[in-house]
Amino acid sequence: MKVTIEVNGTVTSHDVEDRTLLVHYLRDTLGLTATNVGCDTSACGACTVLLDGESVKSCTILAAQASGHMVVTLEGLAGSELHPVQRAFRERHGSQCGFCTPGMIMAVVSLLRDNPKPDRDEIRLALKGNLCRCTGYQNIVDAVEAAGS
Amino acid sequence: MARIEDWALITSGGRYVEDVRDPALAGCRYGAFVRSPVAHARITGIDGSACRADVFTAADLDLPPAGRGPVVQPWLARDVVRYVGEPVALVVADDRHRLADAAAVVRVGYEPLEPVIGVEQALAGEVLLFPETGSNVVRVHGTSFDGAGFEGCEVVVTRTIVNQRLAPLPLEVRGAACVWLAGRLVVWLPTQNAHAARDLIAAALGAPVRVITPDVGGAFGAKMGADPEVVVLGWAARRLGRPIRWTETRSENLVAMTHGRGQRQTITIGGRRDGTVLAFRLDAVQDAGAYPRSAAKLLPKFTCLMAAGAYRIPVVEARVRAVLTNTTPVASYRGAGRPEATAAIERAMDLFAARIGMDPVAVRRINFIRSFPYTTPTGACYDSGDYHTALDRVLAAGGYRELRAEQERRRAAGDVVALGLGIGCYVEVTGGGGVGEGARVVVGRGGVATVHTGSSPHGQGLASTLTMLVSHRLGVDQVIVRHGDTDLIARGTGTFGSRSLQYGGSAVSRAVDLVVDRARDRAADMLETAAGDVELTAGVWRVRGAPSSRGLTWAELCSAEELAADVWFDDAEPTYSFGAHLSVVEVDTETGRVVLRRMVAVDDAGRVINPETCVGQRHGGLAQGIAQALFEEVRHHPDGSLVDGCWGVGASELPDFELLDMATPTTRNPLGVKGIGESGTIGSAPAVQNAVIDALSHLGVDHLDMPASPMRVWQAIS
Ligand code: FES
Ligand code: FES
Repeated sequence: MKVTIEVNGTVTSHDVEDRTLLVHYLRDTLGLTATNVGCDTSACGACTVLLDGESVKSCTILAAQASGHMVVTLEGLAGSELHPVQRAFRERHGSQCGFCTPGMIMAVVSLLRDNPKPDRDEIRLALKGNLCRCTGYQNIVDAVEAAGS
Repeated sequence: MARIEDWALITSGGRYVEDVRDPALAGCRYGAFVRSPVAHARITGIDGSACRADVFTAADLDLPPAGRGPVVQPWLARDVVRYVGEPVALVVADDRHRLADAAAVVRVGYEPLEPVIGVEQALAGEVLLFPETGSNVVRVHGTSFDGAGFEGCEVVVTRTIVNQRLAPLPLEVRGAACVWLAGRLVVWLPTQNAHAARDLIAAALGAPVRVITPDVGGAFGAKMGADPEVVVLGWAARRLGRPIRWTETRSENLVAMTHGRGQRQTITIGGRRDGTVLAFRLDAVQDAGAYPRSAAKLLPKFTCLMAAGAYRIPVVEARVRAVLTNTTPVASYRGAGRPEATAAIERAMDLFAARIGMDPVAVRRINFIRSFPYTTPTGACYDSGDYHTALDRVLAAGGYRELRAEQERRRAAGDVVALGLGIGCYVEVTGGGGVGEGARVVVGRGGVATVHTGSSPHGQGLASTLTMLVSHRLGVDQVIVRHGDTDLIARGTGTFGSRSLQYGGSAVSRAVDLVVDRARDRAADMLETAAGDVELTAGVWRVRGAPSSRGLTWAELCSAEELAADVWFDDAEPTYSFGAHLSVVEVDTETGRVVLRRMVAVDDAGRVINPETCVGQRHGGLAQGIAQALFEEVRHHPDGSLVDGCWGVGASELPDFELLDMATPTTRNPLGVKGIGESGTIGSAPAVQNAVIDALSHLGVDHLDMPASPMRVWQAIS
């Protein structure tokens, strides 16, 4: 079937198998490989992207469901400068292996849009659906706090 | 300073094996493994005829055996499967969608055999995984026991405790991409040691191999070398004449990637009522899973080596028997034998303290090792340390006395939320595995320094640390660090066992020394003076004592010809990092729920070169140790299938960690550094476990196995 999705500001249109997940459309059809797959049970959040501005796990929806909508991935976040969340992750050492980072950053962008100045407990709670095995989360929480202020 | 790794990670994402888009992989096919759904069975037949794809089984593989003797995991199961998840066949299809369909229709006949689940059943030996060997015990490490050490003891306490099996759970699962180019296999493989992977695959396939390590999405000891699947993929790519990619699913990863930990330990501690410990015995049975991996070699060795912990105990006896069971093979997971040893001695200290009615802090203080070097009864030669100060600092920062008073108040008031304090003191051998490490440092055109290291970082930030080291020493602005490609790096050992800075860093440091020596000669020639008369300051070579003279930059020095040095560094001994962790928990005695309130930690890894990445290692390590203490466990049904468990710990389940700095140098390597990668994990698990038990001590609880799940806590007090 044909899907048409605006991804990072560009309208994309492709024929895909009906069962193609959004994450595979992004990765395999468009070659946007920042968005990662870390599980098959929608548990890890490595695949988080923005769909019409809200964070979603792109492994949980079909490309077809995103057709006609707007998607932003990590690759589309920075303009001429880094997005404040990207900058904060860099300054606060929010990444180690980096596998969770793209999803984590997108989840944080969405969190800060809903709650521009979250406290540390709110941040921890809001990131419940995004697992990181490397950092112990502390620097990520620091980064979110910094980006929020 | 921001890590050099991070720019890519935060803008375009890392380049993991799934992201590799090399032209050589164009037209690739996709592989998936058919895995055993049963723990122990005889294979009666494999039928792939309904499958619209290529199916390969053990019968197709014309490969040498995967190891010597009968007790070896075959590349693909041949006659018998021995764990749920064991690879039985490889299916190769043209695209991913068809792959899952194809794998689903491969029919494998199984004639069930009785499974051996748990170490008791393994020791009983009524069912054997390899009947020809006569026993499920594959390895015994350590001493035999004579009991003499306990004779003069006023108090002896014995307990059998469990250090549960865990799944390493890197966020990136296993995968590979392989292609044959001009008679040579090229494999992109997330691994901790490309050279070992290359040697293993090359020996199996009888052909030259290049391993390229892309970014690795976490490993924690579970991506060592190459697993059997990779050899089968390389073989199939040759057979089919097409590149093949493979990525397992997470569900597959949980049963098919090696697990960690998995010891049942009987601990016996004896001493005097004044708090002096006179003897300690650790008798452990290591569940090695179905085939011997590092749980049958390295883990028992490390557990025995580190049995004495931070204490000067006259008699320490340790023995680990590794046994086979019909479960996923067990191998290294962050700490690999050392967290198990530490949990045993730290639990023993608390049990002993409780029995003689002394504060656990006081007992530790009485028994700490005080002078260094110190050789333990099990043969570890500790280089340097200051265990008292480490403990004193966490107690002061945590407010130990006030916390104890608070605990008393709550108990007196009958508060249903109990407060618990737990201590975990640890000593950890770092750089205790593997041989030396290779490095090549080149200063080339434009004065750019390139470092080739045999270390293989996968999240630790070692490239940043090496960059700091090199740019500081040479005064160059631009440093490029390369690793993990066997074509680029002549010789390498890899990243595991907290060894990279000690060995890899020292190797780079030596290579830098050589480059500087060679540069000095060249600069002297070019400045027309003697080598003894030139000096390097802030990246410029000048005639000594003539700071305003025209100098030579690295770019000028290397404009015609680069300067390079190759080093194989094996001139170091293992070091012994140490630390003390204080954990504060609240336990709801009505629901059994445990909340970790505070985690205060001293982790002393000698000289610190890159403070930020060092902190990062400590944070991540703490989280994994806490997860073991409170949340994680891989459990098997008696039939050998996996009981659903939690995987991973979320941000909301952890507090902010309170880290304190301490740096006691070592002389065992030129940099004065010790390892830090595993410290957090090793200290925190027993600290949290001890805290939960401490919270419940007034209710008569003196031990609880990990993880302290609400159910387990609740059962212990009701
Ligand atoms: S890949 Fe894990 S939640 Fe989407
Ligand atoms: S940085 Fe490795 S999973 Fe988060």
